[in-house]
Amino acid sequence: MLPKLFFGYFAFAIIVLSLLVITRRNPVHSVMWMLLLFFQIASMYLFLNAEFIAAIQVIVYAGAILVLFLFVVLLLNLREELLTNRFISAWPVGLVFAGAIFAGAVSAVAAFVPNFSGQYTVDVINRETHTKALGQALYTDFLFPFEIASLILLIAIIGAIVLAKKRMRS
Amino acid sequence: MPTAYLPVLIFLMVATAFGIGALVIGELFRIKRPYRDKLMPYESGNAPVGEPRIRFSVKFYIIAMLFVVFDVEAVFLYPWALVFDRIGLYAFVEMIIFIIILLVGYIYAWKKEAFVWD
Repeated sequence: MLPKLFFGYFAFAIIVLSLLVITRRNPVHSVMWMLLLFFQIASMYLFLNAEFIAAIQVIVYAGAILVLFLFVVLLLNLREELLTNRFISAWPVGLVFAGAIFAGAVSAVAAFVPNFSGQYTVDVINRETHTKALGQALYTDFLFPFEIASLILLIAIIGAIVLAKKRMRS
Repeated sequence: MPTAYLPVLIFLMVATAFGIGALVIGELFRIKRPYRDKLMPYESGNAPVGEPRIRFSVKFYIIAMLFVVFDVEAVFLYPWALVFDRIGLYAFVEMIIFIIILLVGYIYAWKKEAFVWD
């Protein structure tokens, strides 16, 4: 009963906060609600015994990516956007995309196997600690995706500098 | 359910209650005599000049982006450090490759003067 209550709270809070993020007219308010949303998602990860992912959610998303969002909002100098509804004017397109994603999620949930237990059960993770179990998997079985991640980060550095430096010269 | 984190939950609840409680009690008991000068934004005693929303320099964006990238790089080091004694040299080599690839980006950013503020 108690786990269901916790899950219900997190699911409800995440949906309400997501709605607040996309409906605020002031983008800075949206970003602030998003900060709260990231903390709720981190708590959800913690509830699911993924403590390392929860910490990363706070360090990377709430700490770094939110700062990036805030800088982008400040860069755009959004004075006119406060008066218009442009963020939700294309809602039929959004509805189609949201419907497609929802259908995908429903079909994915339908494929779930109940009570399946793989190599990493809750007991194993509690004994090993989540960070250690993750490291063990990441640096042996998922070596190639890990190295690919560095290339993606490299592209992010180069892309940001190319974009911003071009704009600075003109 | 991770019951070991119950103290964190209690701490969060107390912290939230303290924050909201301080605001509510202040709202209930403080004397409210607002006038125009008192409601103005505080700018170190000067009269406010200009718009609060100004266009920020794009340099902030580069700094934020570099911060995100190297933050993610640092995140990968935590689980690596924990399992290093178990995997050994193999883990060392793969992390060196990872860091060298990112070092290329670091040198690129340096050469493109992304760290120079002007």
